[in-house]
Amino acid sequence: MTTLNELTLAEARDGLKAKDFSATDLAKAHIAAVEAARALNAYLLETPERALQMAAIADSKIAAGEARPLEGLPLGIKDLFCTHGVATTAGSKILENFQPHYESAVSHNLWRDGAVMLGKLNLDEFAMGSSNETSAYGAVVSPWRRTGSETPLVPGGSSGGSAAAVAAHLCLGATATDTGGSIRQPAAFTGTVGIKPTYGRCSRWGTVAFASSLDQAGPIARTVRDCAILLASMAGPDSRDTTCADLPVPDFEAAVSRGVKGLTIGIPREYRVEGMPAEIQKLWDQGAEWLKAAGATIKDISLPHTKYALPAYYIVAPAEASSNLARYDGVRYGLRVPGKDIAEMYENTRAAGFGREVKRRIMIGTYVLSAGYYDAYYVRAQKIRTLIKRDFEAAYAEGVDAILTPATPSAAFGIGEKASADPVEMYLNDVFTVTVNMAGLPGIAVPAGLDAQGLPLGLQLIGRPFDEETLFATAQAIEDAAGRTKLPPVWWA
Amino acid sequence: MNAPATPKKLIKGGLHDWEVVIGMEIHAQVTSRSKLFSGASTEFGGEPNDHVSLVDAAMPGMLPVINAECVAQAVRTGLGLKAQINHRSVFDRKNYFYPDLPQGYQISQYKDPIVGEGEVIVDLPDGTSITVGIERLHLEQDAGKSLHDQNPTQSFVDLNRSGVALMEIVSRPDLRSSEEARAYVTKLRTILRYLGTCDGDMEKGSLRADVNVSVRKPGDPLGTRCEIKNVNSIRFIGQAIETEARRQIAIIEDGGTISQETRLFDPAKGETRSMRSKEEAHDYRYFPDPDLLPLEFDQAYVDALAEGLPELPDAKKARFISDYGLSTYDAGVLIAERSSADYFEAVAKGRDGKAAANWVINELFGRLNKEGLTIETSPVSADQLGGIVDLIGEGTISGKIAKDLFEIVWSEGGDPRALVESRGMKQVTDTGAIEAAVDEIIAKNPDKVAQAKEKPTLLGWFVGQTMKATGGKANPAAVNVLLKSKLGIE
Repeated sequence: MTTLNELTLAEARDGLKAKDFSATDLAKAHIAAVEAARALNAYLLETPERALQMAAIADSKIAAGEARPLEGLPLGIKDLFCTHGVATTAGSKILENFQPHYESAVSHNLWRDGAVMLGKLNLDEFAMGSSNETSAYGAVVSPWRRTGSETPLVPGGSSGGSAAAVAAHLCLGATATDTGGSIRQPAAFTGTVGIKPTYGRCSRWGTVAFASSLDQAGPIARTVRDCAILLASMAGPDSRDTTCADLPVPDFEAAVSRGVKGLTIGIPREYRVEGMPAEIQKLWDQGAEWLKAAGATIKDISLPHTKYALPAYYIVAPAEASSNLARYDGVRYGLRVPGKDIAEMYENTRAAGFGREVKRRIMIGTYVLSAGYYDAYYVRAQKIRTLIKRDFEAAYAEGVDAILTPATPSAAFGIGEKASADPVEMYLNDVFTVTVNMAGLPGIAVPAGLDAQGLPLGLQLIGRPFDEETLFATAQAIEDAAGRTKLPPVWWA
Repeated sequence: MNAPATPKKLIKGGLHDWEVVIGMEIHAQVTSRSKLFSGASTEFGGEPNDHVSLVDAAMPGMLPVINAECVAQAVRTGLGLKAQINHRSVFDRKNYFYPDLPQGYQISQYKDPIVGEGEVIVDLPDGTSITVGIERLHLEQDAGKSLHDQNPTQSFVDLNRSGVALMEIVSRPDLRSSEEARAYVTKLRTILRYLGTCDGDMEKGSLRADVNVSVRKPGDPLGTRCEIKNVNSIRFIGQAIETEARRQIAIIEDGGTISQETRLFDPAKGETRSMRSKEEAHDYRYFPDPDLLPLEFDQAYVDALAEGLPELPDAKKARFISDYGLSTYDAGVLIAERSSADYFEAVAKGRDGKAAANWVINELFGRLNKEGLTIETSPVSADQLGGIVDLIGEGTISGKIAKDLFEIVWSEGGDPRALVESRGMKQVTDTGAIEAAVDEIIAKNPDKVAQAKEKPTLLGWFVGQTMKATGGKANPAAVNVLLKSKLGIE
C-alpha cells in the first residue's frame, strides 16, 4: 500500500470521504515526510501544530457530513502568500521577522474550502529567479538526480520549494506564483503539473508583489486533475484587487475529462529556438502526435513577435519591481539597519536586506524608468507587449484552441552551475514562458517524459483568456499518453 | 490670456518697472468619508495612526481600490471649472523615498488627468475681472506626516493623512499680481465650497498652494520661475509672491540671473529660501500604476453629476443682480459663501431684495463679524430677519425701531411681530395721539415756537421732541405734517 502522502490530491479527497483514513492520519503522514526531507530545504517554515488543528476540524466536518471541497487536504504555501500570524518572508532577509495580520485571498480561499496548512515553502527572493538559488534562506534541492549522479540539482524557480515539495510527496499540492514562468518552469523541472491561470483569475490581494501586471497565482500538483481541483478553490472574484476578473469560476475538474476531440492545437514555429536540445524537439513532436491521436487537429502557426518577449519582459518586470519593492524601507516593518540619517538608514537597510538578484533587478528597473530612458525602454517594451498579445489573438481568431510548446529549453541543471554565468543565461530559462505572462494568458506545464539523463521534461499548453478548461482537457490528454511521471526514489530521508 | 501689462500692477524696481507672472498649483483635499484608495477614514484629528488601513501603511501584498466618491468629486469640480472632463484617465506612480510615503511612491495622475482645460473668472476689488486658465486637475494621494519633535534622536510618522484624496488644480501663468493671486485662490475656494468637493479649510491644510513666480520687463518673454512650496493661507500667498518677486527683481537688477528652484516661504522672517535646485530635483520615474486599471466612465455618468450640481457663484451673482436688483458689490459679498447666499435668499423671498440685502450685509454681517460668529451660528434666523424687514415694509415699525428690535431678537430671540406687539413698539399712526403730544410740546416751548416761524429748520427739534415723547413710535411722516401745520411752516 502507498503511504498516505503518496496519494494524489483527488485520491486523498476520495479516501477521506470514504473514511478509509482520517484527515489527522493524512496530516501526520505529511508532517513526518516533511520532517524527514529537511535536506531538500523546501519548507522555510513547518507548521505541524496548525496542520493537526486544521486536520482535527476537518475530521469533525467529515464526521458531520459537512466536508468542504478541500476538506482535510494538506498543502504547502509558497512563502510569497501572506498568512495571518505565520511568518511570511518572500524568501528575503528584509522580511525575516515579518508576521502579517492578514491572510492572502488565495490562501484564505483554500482554508475556506477546508485545506490544511503544512507550512511555508521556499522560493527565489521576491520570486526573482529561475532556480530557487536566490532565496536568502538557501537553495532548494530537487528530489531529482541525474541517473547515476549525486550532483544536487535545482528544482527551478521561483516556485522551487512548491515544485520540490510536491514532487517529493511533502504535500498533496502547493500554491505557487508565476510572473515569467515561475510555476511552469519548476513544474517541468520536477515532473509535476503547474498552471498559471489567466491574469485576473486569482486575486493578488495579500500576495507579496513582484511585477503587478504579470504576477498570477496558481497551483502545482502531481496530476492535471489535482491542479484543476486546487485552482477551482484558489480562483474567484475579489473586489480588493481591481485587476481580478469578476467572473464565476468554472467547474475545472469536470473539464479534465472533456477530451480533445475537435480541438485545434497550434504549433508556433518561432519556439524552435536555436540550440534547443534534440530531446526537447522530439518531445514536442511526440506531444503533438499524442494530441493528434487523441482526436485533435494539429496546425502550424506563427507568433512573430516571440523573440522580443524575453527582452521586453526583462524591462517591464524589473520596472514594476523597482517600484513595488520601494516599500521595504525599514520604516514600518521588516529589517531596519540604522544609519546616521534617514538616507543612510534606507541604504543600510536595503543593502543588507536584499540579495544580489533583487538588487540587480531594482537597478535595471530604476534605470529603464529614468528620465530620458523611459521612452526608449519602458514605452517600447509595452508596445512589444501589445504586439505579442495580438500575435496570440490572431492565432486564436484562426480557430486555434490551445498552443503546444516545450515548457523549458532544457532539463534541470545543477545547483551553482549557472552561478558565475551571465545572468542573461539564467533569464533564458523563461524563454518559452514569459510570452504567456506578457499576454496575460493561461499556461499549463505538464510532464511528458524523461531525458536521457533521467530528468523530467515538460510541455506547455497556452490557452485563450479565461479558458483554463481547454488547458486542463488537453493537458490531461498528454498526461494520459505520457503516463504519470514516476517520482524519484527517496534519497533524502 | 496674455493681456498687455496693466501699468498699475507693475512693481517698481530700482531701474525700471517689472511685471510679475504667477501660476498656481492648488492642492485641495477632496471631501469624502474615506481615502482615495482605501476604506480608512479621512476624519481630521484623532490620535496619530488612528486612521490607517493596511493599504495606507503599504503592507506587503496590499492593493489600492479607487474610491468612486472621490472620482465623482473630481468630476464635479471639473464641471464647476467649466473644464474638459476626460472619460479615460490613468493613475501613475510618482516614485520617491520619504518616511511619510509608505509605498515609496505616490499614486497620482501624470499624462492623462481626469480633468483637462477649464477657466475661472476672478473678480477684483476694483470691480474689474480676469479669466484665469485652468490647465488640468488630477487626483492624487496625500502623504503622511513626519513628527520631528517627539523624541530627541528619532522622527515619528503619522499616517492618518496618508492616502487621503487630493485634487491638484493647476492654473496657467495668467496671474499678474499678488492681489490677483489672492483673488484667484479666494474664488477657487468659493467654487469648491459651493460644489461641496473641498471644505477649503486652510487652517486644517485642506487647501495648500504651490506658487510659481517669475518676473519680466513688460513685453519680454517669460522669466525663469521659482516654485514656492506649500503656502497655506491666502494672506501668506500674497506675501510670498511680493517677497519672491522683489527678491528676483533685486537679483536681476544687480546683473544676476534667476536659477530655477523650489523655495519655501517663511512668514516669520518674511523671506523665501531655497529648498532644492533644479539639479537636485527628483527623477520621479512616473509610470502607469499596474495595480489600477485606467479610470473610465461615459458621458451619461458625467451628465448625471452635472444635473446634481448646485448653482455656482457666477450664476448666482448674475441672478442676484437681475432678480433682486442688487449692486455688483452687494451681490459679490452675498455669494462669497453659499450659506450667506442661501440666507439672503431666504430673507429676500417675497420681500424687497435691496432691503433684504441691506439688512443682511450691514446689520447682520456687521454684528456677526463683531461677535466672531458665522452665518451658520447666527442667533438671528432668516425667518426672524425677514419678519423684521416685513414690519418695516408695511410701516408697522420705523427703521430706527427696527434696529432696536434686531437687538432684542439677537440677544433674546423670539418672533419679531409678537415682540413688537408685546413691547408696544408699534409705530403710532393715530393722529389723535400724536396731536396730543405735539400740542403739549408746543405749549411748553413758546419761545421755540416763536423762533420756528423765523427759522423753519427748528422743525427738526420739534420732530425729535415728539418722537422722544412717543417713545419713537410715532410715524415720522404724520409728525411732520402735524407740526408743519401747527407751527405754520410751509
